[in-house]
Amino acid sequence: MRILIIITFIFSFDVLADVIIVPPSDNAQERIQEALILANPGDEVHLTSGTYSIEDGLSLDIDNIILSGEGHENTILDFTNQMTGAQGLLVTSNEVMLKDFAIINTKGDAIKAIGSDGIYFINLRTEWTGGPKSSNGAYGLYPVQSKDVLIDGCIAIGASDAGIYVGQSENIIVRNSRAEFNVAGIEIENSYYADVYNNIAQHNTGGILVFDLPDLPQQGGHHVRVFNNQILDNDTDNFAPEGNIVGEVPRGTGIIIMANSDVEIFDNDISGNGTMNIAIVSYSYEEAINATDYYPHPRGIQVHDNRLSNSGFNPDMDKEIAAIVKGLAKQTMPDIFWDGVLPLSQMIFGQPNEDRLVLMDNVDSSFMAIKPIQYMLSIPNPVTRDSIDFRGNIKPLDAVTIDLPSRYND
Amino acid sequence: MTKKVATKICIVFLFLSCNIYASVNEEAILSDDYPNTLSEFGFFSDQAKQIPEVDVLSYSLITPLFSDYANKNRFVYVPQGRTAEYQNNDVFKFPIGSVLIKTFSYKKMNVNNSEKQLIETRLLLNKKNGWDAVTYVWNEDQDEAFLNIAGKTILTEYFDESGMPINIRYRVPNKNQCKECHLKNDSLVPIGPKPRNLNRMVHYSDGPMNQLLKWETMNLTAENHEDIPAVADFTNSNESLDKRARAYLDINCGHCHSKTGSANTTGLYLNLNESNKKSIGIFKPPVAAGRGAGNFKYSIVPGNPDQSILLYRMISDEPDIMMPESGRAIAHQEGIDLIREWITAME
Repeated sequence: MRILIIITFIFSFDVLADVIIVPPSDNAQERIQEALILANPGDEVHLTSGTYSIEDGLSLDIDNIILSGEGHENTILDFTNQMTGAQGLLVTSNEVMLKDFAIINTKGDAIKAIGSDGIYFINLRTEWTGGPKSSNGAYGLYPVQSKDVLIDGCIAIGASDAGIYVGQSENIIVRNSRAEFNVAGIEIENSYYADVYNNIAQHNTGGILVFDLPDLPQQGGHHVRVFNNQILDNDTDNFAPEGNIVGEVPRGTGIIIMANSDVEIFDNDISGNGTMNIAIVSYSYEEAINATDYYPHPRGIQVHDNRLSNSGFNPDMDKEIAAIVKGLAKQTMPDIFWDGVLPLSQMIFGQPNEDRLVLMDNVDSSFMAIKPIQYMLSIPNPVTRDSIDFRGNIKPLDAVTIDLPSRYND
Repeated sequence: MTKKVATKICIVFLFLSCNIYASVNEEAILSDDYPNTLSEFGFFSDQAKQIPEVDVLSYSLITPLFSDYANKNRFVYVPQGRTAEYQNNDVFKFPIGSVLIKTFSYKKMNVNNSEKQLIETRLLLNKKNGWDAVTYVWNEDQDEAFLNIAGKTILTEYFDESGMPINIRYRVPNKNQCKECHLKNDSLVPIGPKPRNLNRMVHYSDGPMNQLLKWETMNLTAENHEDIPAVADFTNSNESLDKRARAYLDINCGHCHSKTGSANTTGLYLNLNESNKKSIGIFKPPVAAGRGAGNFKYSIVPGNPDQSILLYRMISDEPDIMMPESGRAIAHQEGIDLIREWITAME
């Protein structure tokens, strides 16, 4: 075995752990893969500076491993010539930390973690270096069906679906990260308890999406806080392959909330988004009709204390939702839009109080909601533009906390 | 008789009984470590010719998984005196110490030459803590196979039915990749030897016999009194199109695409027991398919195979589009033809 085991050190709980160092080489894939299979729980696999050219996907299935590099500009796993593997790196184990390296130009997703209980992405970069293209892989950072997901200080560029995508997961923090030139910058889908803060989402098609979709093992996405983010100038044409839900996202959308419950959007700077800054919509596709245990409408959405400006100047008329809003909004596109779609009984008799959309103190924002019954009956001007009707008391959602294993707290 | 002599006789007896009944190295099977060579397990009386020991039985599946047109020799070993149990709709419950052995090979020359290039021999070992997967890669001299943990790329060729050589970049799976397909509810399990996929006549050296009956007569399995169904042979046009297609999807996709498999994130379930039309893919939109969706809206559009994501991903050989994700580098034309016919005939 040509892997050098050169450093051992002692953790606070007296377990001997190895640092297995893998330098770049001609057969880097085999060397790294071998290390990731032969490592013992508690070990660190360390990739030194340099570019590793890799043809076959890597995978990690051992708990409590650190896979580290020497910075996302220095340790680069280059999959430009990838021959096999639906992703660059697949993680299927628990309490895994990935930090300080880059994965570029994978054929499919860059890093996927499935079923991980404790997965920590720290200071990573995932990028397709040829700019936005539909031939780019779908996701940059892609934890799914995972618990205790931490994404901190990462950069995601050029994904043909979402740069940072957290799906069907629970207890999630996405912070201090930058997502740009993706179709969706950051997407939280079918997930429970997520905090998304201190991020920059710019030059994507849509900045931050909070979605819930039917017919999945985990649905009923709820309790998501999106705060203190910069969601700016999302001006890239939608380049998602058709058939994917994000293919419907209009260029120039800041935030879209679709069919989620209990979402709090606050203290964000949202500006320069040519279609609109915030859209709150139902999942209005026919699939929702027969779906079991699925609620297709947003409820318990609170939008407050955001700084909104400069939107609607170039709506993406190729996308249905943008065309509808533009058609109804006439000259003034709204910063905040709600499609108003509710279960029929609620459209007639009103929503339960706790389900109502609440809008408070969104500086300089304009608003529009569709009145769906009037809309369906083709009554002229079936909208309301008055956000005063949506004032209410903010009920702050609890913060998400993730307890890192003690060895990761340094 | 002195104690010493008795011990000696005992040892001789044990030695003899070992030779007669237990050529297979049970210690190697149960050990946490893997022997460096395949021959240390002692599964074969002639390993290079793939002739098994008397207590290792060759078997075949009615509809097998496609693996880049590789030939597969399958063998099963169950420890003496123990038997595998029938499980409804599932793989046999094999006792600890059992092994499933599968050797992948390609014909070396054209159709008239039966000489094979052995590529790898994969083992599923049922240890005390459950099933474990490991593979052995054959050397150039074809006289031994060596332990491989991290996977390997083998550039080789195979000959198609017309005798044309086709280049292939064969991937020996690493340990993790074994698990990707063989995982069910977080434990590793065999996929192939379900009674329904073994239930057919096979020609043995002592004549034809139903495979399940043969397993019983060899005491690999306990006697069974229930009716066992049989899956369709996907190549047998006397079987119904639906049965053939579902049998094919079950063995090629259903191990991951089931409620308990690693692709359950997708909500697409292709195992034989699934009856919900949408879960099988009919008018089911993709979830996180990326380019795999191929600009199409649904996994299956009845009557329209060329708008169906399922077929699109079977045809592709690009890593982020093709299905299965691993285990194949080229498309399976016979499978594609079958699924095309199946979707076309759907209403």
